[in-house]
Amino acid sequence: MPLNIDGTIDGTFQLIGGNFTTAGEASTQLKLKLSELGVDETIIRRATIATFEAEMNVIIYAAAGWLHYYITSRSITIKIADMGPGIENIELAMQEGYSTAPDWVREMGWGAGMGLPNMKKNSDLFKIDSVVGEGTTVEMVINFP
Amino acid sequence: MTLSKITEILEATVIVRPADLEDLNIRSACSADLMSDVLYYHSIDSLLITGLTQINVIRTAEIAGTKAIVFVLNKKPDERTVELAGQKKIPLLSTPFCMYTASGKLYQAGLRSSLND
Repeated sequence: MPLNIDGTIDGTFQLIGGNFTTAGEASTQLKLKLSELGVDETIIRRATIATFEAEMNVIIYAAAGWLHYYITSRSITIKIADMGPGIENIELAMQEGYSTAPDWVREMGWGAGMGLPNMKKNSDLFKIDSVVGEGTTVEMVINFP
Repeated sequence: MTLSKITEILEATVIVRPADLEDLNIRSACSADLMSDVLYYHSIDSLLITGLTQINVIRTAEIAGTKAIVFVLNKKPDERTVELAGQKKIPLLSTPFCMYTASGKLYQAGLRSSLND
């Protein structure tokens, strides 16, 4: 059932690389927003898991990044762009278990190579572009039932 | 299984106490130190058994819909982690047992895996 939303509701969060203390705040705020709008719980879970993984990737790998979301009556679109090292081989990075994370990241419970597969799994549309030395952009769309 | 039963089996101390320790029902559990595994595989309303005490474990639990967290080997999270768990109303326990034993004790008592639950 489409939600009763006129036009588009959108928002932006700035993400700071290396800041593990506040990591996940953007995703939890988005979760709250979707709850307020009355979005189905399963959709909220998928959207926030995908967003959280993307947010953690920026915190882990990049100097900084932006997260934009757009909610319409039919779907939510999440776009994340970072100023990070970029991904050399996207096909490899999409494989479950492949990771380039350093040990300190793994010790915090991240960097197991499940982030990108998890984003894709929870999205109806998943796009990733990356330029080595410049950064990575991810776009995810989750349709409402 | 109620959280109070879990507390008893694991001889756990309660770090963040829920309003309804007696009645809070946990359907399943997962043991993991990899947060993406929690997000990728496990179902909502489960118990997370982990050796990690950093603040992003609480964020992961919130996003994954985890109902309560048990820290193994008597590990205790720092003040900020406890504070966030309190705000998010996620109960925290700490057990002296290691992850293997804690998981085994709960499994033996009938609490099953949350994988594909």
